[in-house]
Amino acid sequence: MFLVLAFNYQNLIISTLHLPCILFAVMESQIKQKILFGVFLFIALVYVIRLLTLQIFDDSYVRYAQNNVLQEQTIYPARGLLMDRNSELLVYNDNIYDLFVIPEQVKKLDTASFCQVIGITKEEFIARFEKIKRSKGYAIYRPSVFEKQLTISTYAKFQEMLFDFQGFFVDVRTDRKYKYSNAAHIMGYIGEVTEKTIEASNGYYRMGDFIGISGVEKTYEKELGGIKGVRYVLVDSKSRTQGRYKAGEFDTAAIAGKKINLTLDLKLQELGEQLMQNKIGSVVAIEPSTGEILSMVSSPAYDPNLFVGRDRGNHYMELLRDPSKPLFNRPIAAPYPPGSIFKIIMSLIGQQEEVLFPNTEYYCGGGFNSGGLHVGCHAHGSPLPLQGAIAVSCNAYFCHVYRTVVNNPKYPKVEDAYNKLYDHLASFGMGRKLGVDLYGEGTGFVPKATYYDKIYGRNHWQALTTISLGIGQGELGITPLQMANATALVANRGYYITPHIVRRIESRKNPNPEYNIKHWCSVDTSYFPVVINGMEDVVNHGTAYIARIPGIAICGKTGTAQNPHGKDHSIFFAFAPKDNPKIAIAVVVENAGFGATWAAPIASLMIEQYLTKKHDTRPALVERMVKGNLTHKPILNDSTATKTSTH
Amino acid sequence: MTQQQPKPAHIDWISLTLYVVFVISGLLCIYASVFKETNPNIYDMDMNYGKQLLWIVISSFIALLILLVDEKLFYAFAYGFYGITIILLLATFVIGAEIKGSSSWIRIGGFQIQPAEFAKFGTALALAKFLSGYNINFKDLKVKLICYAIIALPMIIILLQNETGSALVFASFSLVLYREGLPGWLLLGGVGLAILAVLALLFPPLNIIIFLGVLAVIVLVFVRRTTLLIFLTIGVVAISSIYVSTVNYAFENVLQAHQRTRINVLLGKEVDLKGAGYNVQQSLIAIGSGGAFGKGYLEGTQNKFRFVPEQSTDFIFCTIGEEFGFLGSLIFVILYMLLLYRLLVMAERQRSKFNRVYGYSIIAILFFHFLINIGMTLGLMPVIGIPLPFFSYGGSALLSFTILLFIFIRLDANRVNELKSFE
Repeated sequence: MFLVLAFNYQNLIISTLHLPCILFAVMESQIKQKILFGVFLFIALVYVIRLLTLQIFDDSYVRYAQNNVLQEQTIYPARGLLMDRNSELLVYNDNIYDLFVIPEQVKKLDTASFCQVIGITKEEFIARFEKIKRSKGYAIYRPSVFEKQLTISTYAKFQEMLFDFQGFFVDVRTDRKYKYSNAAHIMGYIGEVTEKTIEASNGYYRMGDFIGISGVEKTYEKELGGIKGVRYVLVDSKSRTQGRYKAGEFDTAAIAGKKINLTLDLKLQELGEQLMQNKIGSVVAIEPSTGEILSMVSSPAYDPNLFVGRDRGNHYMELLRDPSKPLFNRPIAAPYPPGSIFKIIMSLIGQQEEVLFPNTEYYCGGGFNSGGLHVGCHAHGSPLPLQGAIAVSCNAYFCHVYRTVVNNPKYPKVEDAYNKLYDHLASFGMGRKLGVDLYGEGTGFVPKATYYDKIYGRNHWQALTTISLGIGQGELGITPLQMANATALVANRGYYITPHIVRRIESRKNPNPEYNIKHWCSVDTSYFPVVINGMEDVVNHGTAYIARIPGIAICGKTGTAQNPHGKDHSIFFAFAPKDNPKIAIAVVVENAGFGATWAAPIASLMIEQYLTKKHDTRPALVERMVKGNLTHKPILNDSTATKTSTH
Repeated sequence: MTQQQPKPAHIDWISLTLYVVFVISGLLCIYASVFKETNPNIYDMDMNYGKQLLWIVISSFIALLILLVDEKLFYAFAYGFYGITIILLLATFVIGAEIKGSSSWIRIGGFQIQPAEFAKFGTALALAKFLSGYNINFKDLKVKLICYAIIALPMIIILLQNETGSALVFASFSLVLYREGLPGWLLLGGVGLAILAVLALLFPPLNIIIFLGVLAVIVLVFVRRTTLLIFLTIGVVAISSIYVSTVNYAFENVLQAHQRTRINVLLGKEVDLKGAGYNVQQSLIAIGSGGAFGKGYLEGTQNKFRFVPEQSTDFIFCTIGEEFGFLGSLIFVILYMLLLYRLLVMAERQRSKFNRVYGYSIIAILFFHFLINIGMTLGLMPVIGIPLPFFSYGGSALLSFTILLFIFIRLDANRVNELKSFE
């Protein structure tokens, strides 16, 4: 205490002695204090101005903050179901369970029990993690796929123990599931969108989205696909979801895809595929009055379920490499020479051109001879009128018909007459796309006058030069769909409705207005009866007697189409019943021989099935067809495909 | 000696209240910046603010202890405290734990303490004691050198620990020296050198030297030339030239890559939104998106969803800016200025030089932290990791600032006693 006093006392003396000095010091210190505080205030002011610009004047930071936390999440709609014409379910959606892991959140994992549940070994577990770490876009806080498509039982087991496996979760997606293994070509399949599609979609499709790749899945993508919904969520700096944005005010719900009824009759389709097994070829059955495709078989077929699941890609490659080309949709894309069934068309056109009459007779002595030209024919009664010639399928007769049509003196030039024929054929739907609602339709091939000009030179060809056309041979290429459509046209006595595969979208029947229009061909209705009578004779006591079904008036025509690649194609087309036809059908069995051997029985059985709902009256025939294996022969290069390429 | 116990009336309640307001606000901000609505247990969310609360309790206890002990203790043991902090600093080289690339931590139980924080008040005490010694005149070269040495010793050790930010804080003692007689032009010169340093990093050194030379010629043309002035000008230009070259060299060769990046980003020479620039960008977004009145407590999206790294520690001001907006930020700045002003007033009313030098030390340290920390969050200063006093999460920092402030409040409370005894 004393010390302090003494100290202060001393201070006091000094102070009094140097009072002016101290006063000056006080003044100076006050200035320094003010300067210092001035500096503080200056800095504070600078910062306040900065705050003012950041927080009040510049509103871009509000936007940046929003961009930081707002994340748009897509809600995928359920894809539309597919059913047959009798509402039998064909395609539905099945849940698939993908196992994800967020490495950062994996804590206290009992690896042994985890591996047991998933069904992998510990080494695999380690290897899997190593693989995940090396994969592109890996981040410790982001979900990575650990195992794709768990089985339902694994999923169930996993869910029970979910709490023990922190950091793992299962994401449920849906994939297509096909109830039957039929009609793969028609239904088509879905797959991931390509970059091109993404670009063209204006941002609707995203990487990894599924889209219809072929068949109905592709043509009706818009209806089946539904509309994606959007959910806005808040995320943190590591993109982890933190909650809804404004309680979902801006979210939109996903709209599920529409349910589609196909025109297919599942039972008929099943039978068709069964009969066509181990054969290469096509069947197309159409309801003539509506143009609805009742059945469309492309053989060899494949199981549509191969395009589902994790081996999708491998299966696709296998099918792609298969030399019998199972992915090729033959009924709509493969052109065949129609053979004798073309005689029906020529009979109608000949009458329309008034060079052929029901009572016209031509002599046939084992073929058609003109100049050095010979077209062979089999033995039958001769001469015959039109109806009889159809029944026995006389080659000579129809060569004469063709000659009279093309060398018709009514036209100043052969070229004009031929072009007229071409127009008639086009009105029957040949040589052009019909407009079926399936992807990959082919045009077939009907040569134009210019085609022959190129080969023989202008005005250097006439009917005899191209005589094989008259009996459905030569360059002619008609797809099975075009054949069936022509049959339907004959059944309708002069018109067809564009064949189509979709019958109803949700409750809207016949959704496409263009499938209500009758396309009349250029041949008058009055010319049909005699031809149809001839077709009836073909089945009742002609070349296709095998196709006869007691009690059902079937009108048909066999075809045995030569082709340069191997044995003849067996072809048959028919409709039934004769009056008020319910079904028109075309069958092509490649390299199978006579039309009556394979194609006619198959068509007959399918007609029976469709009209009587059963096909068990001729078990021996069914057995022969089903067991008939025509693929054990070396499979030749797809004749149809090479044919298309030469055109 | 009844007057050893300060009466409540003698305690400076204004600064004490501001301290309490800051610490509580800081705790709320830390809570907001580590708060999570869902799954609070997964990320051990309660860790940071729980710990901070514990540190506040410890700090309060120590503050009370400081208010109760004899104020002469601090004077008497000033060098002792200094010595202990230096030993602790050196100890980190031996038993230091490395955290985030810095080896300046000592682990005690579940907590880490950072001796660098405590070195501040140790240095403040030592400097105050030395300058208040009998017959000490700052004008003496020897005195000056000793002052510099007292400041430089901990600074160098901390620099060696890789804690550039904490080391820089010691530069703030120059303000104290300014108050105690360091000429103002030296400080201005220091600021000038800082500006030159920035220029040196922005432009090639040769350009700056040529520019300075031209400037000098112009000055000499228009000013009445005395021999002294000419030599002085030439000297300044020469020294500046050497300095600029040195800075450039040091930047390229002495600084570490991450420090170079940080400085380059600040100077706008590099755009790096992923690395060093990310912090600043997110900080600006947080503060900028706060608007006039903020998004509301616990409503800041930048804050809640962890977009600003180090938000509970060095970037705690983002929480204020985002959740309380311009208004909240302004109130904070005003309150901080109020505290500085109050401390200035308190420092100037001290009779004892020891008290005054110590008071100025706190003022300088608090101001320097404000300058760097807020400037950093506003993108005006380089990202130097130093905490915002009383707000930032961190036990050592809170404890150190508490001790720093309460020793001064204790000293100030005794001022009345001194006056009494003087009378």
